[in-house]
Amino acid sequence: MNKMKIWNYQAFLPLLVLAVLILINLLKGADYFSISIINGAIYGNIPNILFGASELVILAIGMTLVTSSSGGQDISVGVAATITSSVFVRVVLNAHEVTLMTVVGAFLVSCLVGIAIGAFNGTLVAIFNVQPMVATLILFTAGRSIAFLIDGRLSPILANRITNQIGSVIPGVPVQTPILLTVVFIILFSILLKITNLKLYAQCVGINQKAARLNGINPVIVKLLTYIILGVCSAVAGFIAVTKAGRHDSVNLLRFVEMDAILAVAIGGNALSGGKFSITGSVIGAYTIEVLNRTLLRLEVGTETIKAFKAVFIIILMILASPVARGTAAKAVQWIRARCTGIVRLPASEKAEASEGSEVDLSVEKEV
Amino acid sequence: MQNVLEMSGICKSFPGVRALHNVSFSLRKGEVHALMGENGAGKSTLIKVITGVYEKDTGQILVEGKALHFRSPQEAQNFGIGAVYQEIMLCPNLTVAENLFIGRGQHALVNWKRMKEQAAHLLHSLDIPARPTQQLSSCSLAVQQMIAIARAIDMNCRILILDEPTSSLDEEEVQKLFRLMRELKARGVGIIFVTHFLDQVYEISDRITVLRNGEFIGEYEAASLPQFELVSKMMGKALDDVSQIKKEQPLSNQRGIPVYEAVGLSSTAGIKPFNFTIHKGEVNGFIGLLGSGRSEAARAIYAADKVISGEVKVNGKKVKIREPLHAMKLGIGYLPEDRKSDGIIADLSVRENIILALQVLKGFFKPFSRKQAELFAEEYIKSLNIKTASTSTPVKSLSGGNQQKVIIARWLLTHPEYLILDEPTRGIDVGTKVEIQKLVLKLAREGVSITFISSEIEEMLRTCSRLIVMKDREIAGELSGEDVTERDIMYVIAGGGTQP
Repeated sequence: MNKMKIWNYQAFLPLLVLAVLILINLLKGADYFSISIINGAIYGNIPNILFGASELVILAIGMTLVTSSSGGQDISVGVAATITSSVFVRVVLNAHEVTLMTVVGAFLVSCLVGIAIGAFNGTLVAIFNVQPMVATLILFTAGRSIAFLIDGRLSPILANRITNQIGSVIPGVPVQTPILLTVVFIILFSILLKITNLKLYAQCVGINQKAARLNGINPVIVKLLTYIILGVCSAVAGFIAVTKAGRHDSVNLLRFVEMDAILAVAIGGNALSGGKFSITGSVIGAYTIEVLNRTLLRLEVGTETIKAFKAVFIIILMILASPVARGTAAKAVQWIRARCTGIVRLPASEKAEASEGSEVDLSVEKEV
Repeated sequence: MQNVLEMSGICKSFPGVRALHNVSFSLRKGEVHALMGENGAGKSTLIKVITGVYEKDTGQILVEGKALHFRSPQEAQNFGIGAVYQEIMLCPNLTVAENLFIGRGQHALVNWKRMKEQAAHLLHSLDIPARPTQQLSSCSLAVQQMIAIARAIDMNCRILILDEPTSSLDEEEVQKLFRLMRELKARGVGIIFVTHFLDQVYEISDRITVLRNGEFIGEYEAASLPQFELVSKMMGKALDDVSQIKKEQPLSNQRGIPVYEAVGLSSTAGIKPFNFTIHKGEVNGFIGLLGSGRSEAARAIYAADKVISGEVKVNGKKVKIREPLHAMKLGIGYLPEDRKSDGIIADLSVRENIILALQVLKGFFKPFSRKQAELFAEEYIKSLNIKTASTSTPVKSLSGGNQQKVIIARWLLTHPEYLILDEPTRGIDVGTKVEIQKLVLKLAREGVSITFISSEIEEMLRTCSRLIVMKDREIAGELSGEDVTERDIMYVIAGGGTQP
């Protein structure tokens, strides 16, 4: 019974979707899981997914926090990452010689910029009570122009060994560097949640701000903090994105990533109205989106039409995640359990409804 | 005289709560009938049954002699029953005329000219000082309230319900409103008037109906019901099994440095500057009707509302309490009046709700281990007998009484020196009420100072050794000693000030 609760519908859904997607891929070709080793590093479908989703995973983590505390979303994350990475590139290119120290230093400077951006958005949301989406719309609109100006109206190229290796593979390491960076980030973030009360505070503020205040929590500081953390997430994502690309294209870098980050939070079973959250769910959600993108490519859907197919898939997903479908599923589970144990606990009218719903849901379960 | 509304045997239950039980109510043509009762007495439910927001379980409603029941407020309105609520539900950014008629007409096209003429006529006939083209937000609150009434009565209104229309008005504005009410009365409109201000009831009402705990207490002619008796009928006696509870001889007799002392304390919530002290192991209470300032006083002590004046000493040391965290650090705990909106973190688990205050006191960088949190939660679930499936159950799925115990557990866990309990027993069953009262006295014996606030006068008499009587947002008097009776309290509340 307890185990059933842990595997509730919310956590179950993204995993189910992931499983369905992998199944589709396997039907297309059994070589889906095959990997190859080129120059000592592992490549293949799965490593490519992990590689491709790096920035999205990091942004989804930060987005989850902001969603929880403020009940709204930051739509400027992609733009913020573009600004921070333009600063990073600028610092690196201004150095006489690119050493590991300059890269680390440049990265830290870009993190400071990320903190400043987070503080700006956070101030609007936490102190001035501006709707998060409206507050972040400001940077969303202006950000890419700012990055373009920092770039000196160019698309500067990062042509050095160190940043190239960060964006691809360090010789002797079998896993691509962005994957490692993402793993390190997730670990650091888990430690942060472990050694602080960030999760408890953010959830309290998101669920009941008045009660949180009466229990000594300062809602303004908590919200501000979550936006600042998201700013750092943007800086890390921008760093990975620009080293991957090798040049800073202020127009196209991480374009539309904010929508995917919000989607990842939603697929992860988190309420976009704030409150309780699951980072694990958002991370799975982010990888699911990447798998979906690549599945569509593998099914040879044209790049122009890929977004339409993606939309169809998301509609199905959101309907399955809706409270209506969840209620039907819960009834179905109850009905099946009643059937199995031979005890009918439902009243007659509800039973009829439940049996209708169960047919739909059983078919989904059978697919797994 | 002709009854425009006649209700009898009205019952209405919600899951787990009996909101109305066998309630009768009648309204004559051209009278103002006050509907009185403390919070939770069933006034709002009764109004919502009349206006069709709720459907009655049993009972009969006769409107002008015909048995009717409305399925929606729209239906009731079409029949001539208008309601104006405490918060003005108009659009401040539209004009007066638009507010009067919007959502009214069945036509897709609006005849602006005609609408303005009609609005001007209506405003003039009711003597409301506003122009049709004026933006609503530029009118004073009282005028806005009158416009809301004008809107309600516009369609051959026969019954007008005013739910706390005066709570945000000053004396002069109240008089304007009363003039309008008298004007309507003269036209034969029956008015149901809900308010917490006793003086206003006597100024305008013809008859008074009192409800208590969803029960019909009685219907009286205002002229023949002294204010004192009205108060006692509203507060009533709680018939709970509490004979075994006995107030301890208060420790406060042994004077010394007070645990908490305030001089001239006031807050933005409108409480007038007041002085207050409490000693170690003392149980005292703020008593008064709803809106008397009893909760605001408690909130000012805890800095739940912004404190604007006052000098505070805790254990003899001068301190500044600017926000709840300061109060917490000084060993003050506060159980808020509104459990749902100020108390529980609904979606979080019982465990997280219990450890919350202590966790915040311990600090952001020092989270309790899961094991420690479990131990704390289990300890208090056991000692307070909280009925929950597990420590991880979301607190919102618990019953009201158990939710209240979770919040009490939250504060007990911090081992406070001074605990403020605002309505800890509201909306919970008798058994739990008794448990909480016993707990209060036990804590006091252990040396905790407690301020206890309750709408139930008996409960206050049982637990408190000193009662501070509040009226109109200030202290009206103070009563202490073994021989305080309900009568004494009611005299102070009803404005006598001194005992006969």
